Amino acid sequence: MSIFLNERSKVIVQGITGREGLYHANRMRAYGTALVGGVTPGKGGQTVEGFAVFDGVGEARAKTGANVSVIFVPPPFAADAILEAADAGVDLVICITEGIPVHDMLKVMAAVPSTTRVIGPNCPGIVTPGVALAGIMPGHVFSNGRVGLISRSGTLTYEIVDQLTRAGIGQSTCVGIGGDPIIGTVFVDCLVAFEKDDATEAVVLVGEIGGTDEEDAAQLVAEKKFTKPLVTFIGGRSAPKGKRMGHAGAIITGSMGTPESKVAAFQKIGAPVADSPADIPGLVARVMKQPAKV
Amino acid sequence: MRLLEYQGKELFARAGIPAPKGKVAASVEEAVAIMRANPAPSVVKAQVLIGGRGKAGGIKFCSDDRDVVEPAKAILGMRIANAQDPTGEVVKRVWIEQRMDIAKELYLSITVDRASKRPIIMASAMGGMDVEEVAEKHPEAIAKYRVDPSVGYWPFIGRRLAREANLPKEVTNEFASIVGKLYALFFDVGALLVEINPLAVTKDGKLVASDSKVDLDDNAMFRHQELAAWKPDVERDPLKERAIAAGLGENNYVQLDGDVGIIGNGAGLVMGTLDAVKAAGGQPANFLDIGGGAKADVMREAVNIVTSNPKVRSLFINIFGGITRGDEVAKGLVEALEGGGWDRRKLVIRLTGTNEKEGREVLRANNIEAVETMNEGAKHAVAIAQK
Repeated sequence: MSIFLNERSKVIVQGITGREGLYHANRMRAYGTALVGGVTPGKGGQTVEGFAVFDGVGEARAKTGANVSVIFVPPPFAADAILEAADAGVDLVICITEGIPVHDMLKVMAAVPSTTRVIGPNCPGIVTPGVALAGIMPGHVFSNGRVGLISRSGTLTYEIVDQLTRAGIGQSTCVGIGGDPIIGTVFVDCLVAFEKDDATEAVVLVGEIGGTDEEDAAQLVAEKKFTKPLVTFIGGRSAPKGKRMGHAGAIITGSMGTPESKVAAFQKIGAPVADSPADIPGLVARVMKQPAKV
Repeated sequence: MRLLEYQGKELFARAGIPAPKGKVAASVEEAVAIMRANPAPSVVKAQVLIGGRGKAGGIKFCSDDRDVVEPAKAILGMRIANAQDPTGEVVKRVWIEQRMDIAKELYLSITVDRASKRPIIMASAMGGMDVEEVAEKHPEAIAKYRVDPSVGYWPFIGRRLAREANLPKEVTNEFASIVGKLYALFFDVGALLVEINPLAVTKDGKLVASDSKVDLDDNAMFRHQELAAWKPDVERDPLKERAIAAGLGENNYVQLDGDVGIIGNGAGLVMGTLDAVKAAGGQPANFLDIGGGAKADVMREAVNIVTSNPKVRSLFINIFGGITRGDEVAKGLVEALEGGGWDRRKLVIRLTGTNEKEGREVLRANNIEAVETMNEGAKHAVAIAQK
């Protein structure tokens, strides 16, 4: 199995007639994803490059049985698109769009029911290797296996997956949760799902400076709600201090959010912290007690 | 988009939040005219975005049109810097406001809480000082309330915060009213942060916003055309200005001290690249994230920006394409090199992911060979810089 995205996932693209939407719809289909159509309000009834276009998510869902939507619509309309997908009862909404007003996301997350999982916005999406790709990740770097990966960064995820694959370590599911201040799915949600997933033996968590998602993940392990081996990396440990939004953003959490705090939180629960992405495959092999082709 | 104090106070005035009356001056003559029209005990305050202006001498007192001359002369044109930003900022304007008789200084802010996905209101009786220090040393002194945005603000929230933060009892109701006005403003302008520090309690028991800090969401500016025109004209790093002019965000270019120029796509990967260059024994000259889906013109300008820093001795471009396409990056790089000004022997490029084959073909046609991995590229770039 996998988490969030599997053999039963039927995917539509909201914004399929746009340049990015169509480009990535083609790439998802080429990867083997069950891409059953797309939505662009006002352009329903057309077929673009073999994809059926619908006016609304509800209609697309009724006609295709879609249960996953990937959103590529421009920032001013993206919150509307997420709410429409949730309203239509889509199980999994992946919002790729970068630049959505933070206040829009405050309202969206207050309104989306718990039966709809939102990933992102400003995220690269999710891949269950060999099964489906929903988002913008380059499919060729992934390989099927038993390591889950969760990350706040897009391109750094590709980097680390590439290194895992080169070392012969395949992945169960890889989730890019996104880098915006308000996102639908955080590390803790993913760890809880990976804990229940028989196909996942260990997890790589790729964090970043700022926020407390990493500290919260460490807390989950301390509470024994995630018990599988965990390998971590914190991006930006050499980044200069002071790149942050005003004072209030930092004072919510006091001294948390610094790289030191995140590294200490993981060390305390016994999860190795890699110094460089290149060290991750070796650490994963060690916690899984299997040799890697490093 | 951070606003200057006087701009934030203009927003406060519109929202009905009491603040001292004042006027802005860009020259000593204007300062004199302001004081002549309204001679009264006043404060002359440097209008800068950088922190620490008080310690740097950017706040002075005066009472009429004669004794405003010295403070205005001293502050206008001075450079204010701090440990985080040693280049600092030159003062172009001062805000001259009525002086208050202050009995006590409180703290109030509203921002976005990532963990709860809600707006968070924070209040403290320890105002007027560095809040971060308060948060670290006396976390119990800051009261917090996470508001359900679908319910909105109700006055009990302000009263509860006042009680939990030990604010003076006699200002509780007025405080709850000001929090409500600040909450409305937070949503009206699409702010990431609205902060009043200090929120002064005057000797006659009134609450007054002595300072303002407002950070607006750049992504929401399309809804606030009027505010978009308020962008403070602050003198900044010219290379950062060029990055912004190229369509990149406020934080996509950051100048550092080293000699290895760095360009990458995605903040995480660029941070990882800085880590890799440091691990290889080198020092990054900058952080430059060309963002997602960058086209050739952005890449071309990125190369021009980084290589116009005279300290740069080698350039490491690290691209892992997702939404960014390798052929676009390669085209932009080739265009920049054709424009001259950078020796391709001092260039290391790692190009993989979406359209990497097409990208490598463009590079090869121009005699540029891409390396395979980030660590290999970092080592190579550091070696060139140290030659």
